[in-house]
Amino acid sequence: MINQSYRLIDPKQIRVDFIDEKLEKDELIVKPEYLSICAADQRYYTGSRGEEVMNKKLPMALIHEAVGRVVYDPYGKFPKGTKVVMIPNTPKEKDKVIKENYLRSSLFRASGIDGFMQEFVKIKTDRVVEYKKASPRIAVLAELISVGMNALEHFEQYSNPNKMTLGVWGCGNVGYIMALILRHHFPNAHIYVFGTTKEKLNYFSFADGVYLINEIPDNLRIDHAFECVGGRGSENAINQIIDYINPMGTIALMGVSEHNVPINTRMVLEKGLTLIGNSRSGREDFEAAVSFFESSEDIRNYLERIISEEIVVKNINDIHQAFENDINNNFKTIMKWEI
Amino acid sequence: MKKYVLILAGGTGKRMGKTKMPKQFLELGDKPIFIHTLEQFLLNENIDNIILCCHKNWISHAINTIDKYIHKNNITVVDGGDTRNDSMINGCNYIKENFGLNDDDIVIVHDAVRPFVSQRIINSNIEMTKQYVAVDTVIPATDTIVKSEDNKIISEIPVRNQMYQGQTPQTFNLKKLIELYDELTEEEKAILTDSCKIFVLKNQPVALVEGEIFNMKITSLHDFKIANAILELRGEK
Repeated sequence: MINQSYRLIDPKQIRVDFIDEKLEKDELIVKPEYLSICAADQRYYTGSRGEEVMNKKLPMALIHEAVGRVVYDPYGKFPKGTKVVMIPNTPKEKDKVIKENYLRSSLFRASGIDGFMQEFVKIKTDRVVEYKKASPRIAVLAELISVGMNALEHFEQYSNPNKMTLGVWGCGNVGYIMALILRHHFPNAHIYVFGTTKEKLNYFSFADGVYLINEIPDNLRIDHAFECVGGRGSENAINQIIDYINPMGTIALMGVSEHNVPINTRMVLEKGLTLIGNSRSGREDFEAAVSFFESSEDIRNYLERIISEEIVVKNINDIHQAFENDINNNFKTIMKWEI
Repeated sequence: MKKYVLILAGGTGKRMGKTKMPKQFLELGDKPIFIHTLEQFLLNENIDNIILCCHKNWISHAINTIDKYIHKNNITVVDGGDTRNDSMINGCNYIKENFGLNDDDIVIVHDAVRPFVSQRIINSNIEMTKQYVAVDTVIPATDTIVKSEDNKIISEIPVRNQMYQGQTPQTFNLKKLIELYDELTEEEKAILTDSCKIFVLKNQPVALVEGEIFNMKITSLHDFKIANAILELRGEK
């Protein structure tokens, strides 16, 4: 099969490459239907990952958030047309303790190997999860949700039982999804969201309170926190969390930063805080993500709200349009993939 | 509404020089060109049946090759006849006789030697048949087209931005295609270098779908070399 891979070759330069794919016995062919742009893709697209990383990883097809339809399954497990979410993490070994998304040997699509910006995706059968009820517009958020599920699992594992007040720092996509997962998982807890943009905070109607980071009441305290800021904002966010969190609380770190982040370790020590690193997700997290949005229309409606723009993509110019528009969008930019 | 694909593989490879096989059977990457082409249509969710039209001397070879490379398929191989037109109309008649003929059935006609056809082109063809009885895949002409009636002196230079180069697929309302073809005189059939011309001769509108430069037709050894050069194996980058 001749596959087309839409690869970034330089910042803001995409080329179509033709790949002679061999059809393997344990691999499906999936036709991507919707793709969603992540901040990580945008960092590659604009070249902000830095020359060294760009030289090492490019040419490479971007995008690690995608859904599609199975068009070929040698075993016939998935009938033609089955709607699936695709898992970008691709483990090469199994470990009884370390989750697949933390194994250093695992490959990750759109980070060293081609992402989903292809005409077809050749993928192992255990790297897809079927979904039925949701529209593909919503299901394309599965990867983002799965990252939240991974964080939730770790949080449950390591945090103390005081879970009446939970804080989410960050009013972007990750913050929104994490807060929504917490709302669903801890229906009786007080969920507060802290951010920098009032307009975006207004979307978090399911939270018990939203605060601009310079208007947080002095007496407000939280039991645990989720940092969903990343980038240059990480430092302020983490240190602010350390100020407002109760002793022996847990801070789930979820924001990616290109730079080292100085944090107030004195107070981490004094309060006995636990910091948990969270990155990516594995199959179990994807299954939890699919169950999450399949379980309730209410949840699907909340998810729909963070789709800022849908762009129909038929050629390379449309891809550029999607990435350019994404920079100015409040939340997610998704691509209806008609390549 | 049924959607059929006719893959025209009747060529005997005269333009490829002294090759042992017709060009569509030559290997591009690790499999024959026509297998790549068939796979593009097999993977399209909208297609009901695929018919490969090839020269009678190569039917067995085609069937054996398909069985070797394609695990499950809904491909039928039929005798295409001596010319491109014969292949096309024989393929259409095969569909009519074996699957029946509904008013809204369409047939997607594609050259076996265009393996780089994309899903976007195939789906755009199908989509356009909702409005038109005939659809042609084209790309804007980049070279200036000159016309010469005596093959020696230019008789006309048409305006370039009105010129396109025809590719395939070409997609038609199947019933209309058979009907119009049957109405053609033998003289008209003799000058048919392109299936869309059947509709143009009968004053039927033929819609344009944007093709791709890479949807190249492998007709010469030079094309074959280019096609092999742009194709890479996974992990080879």
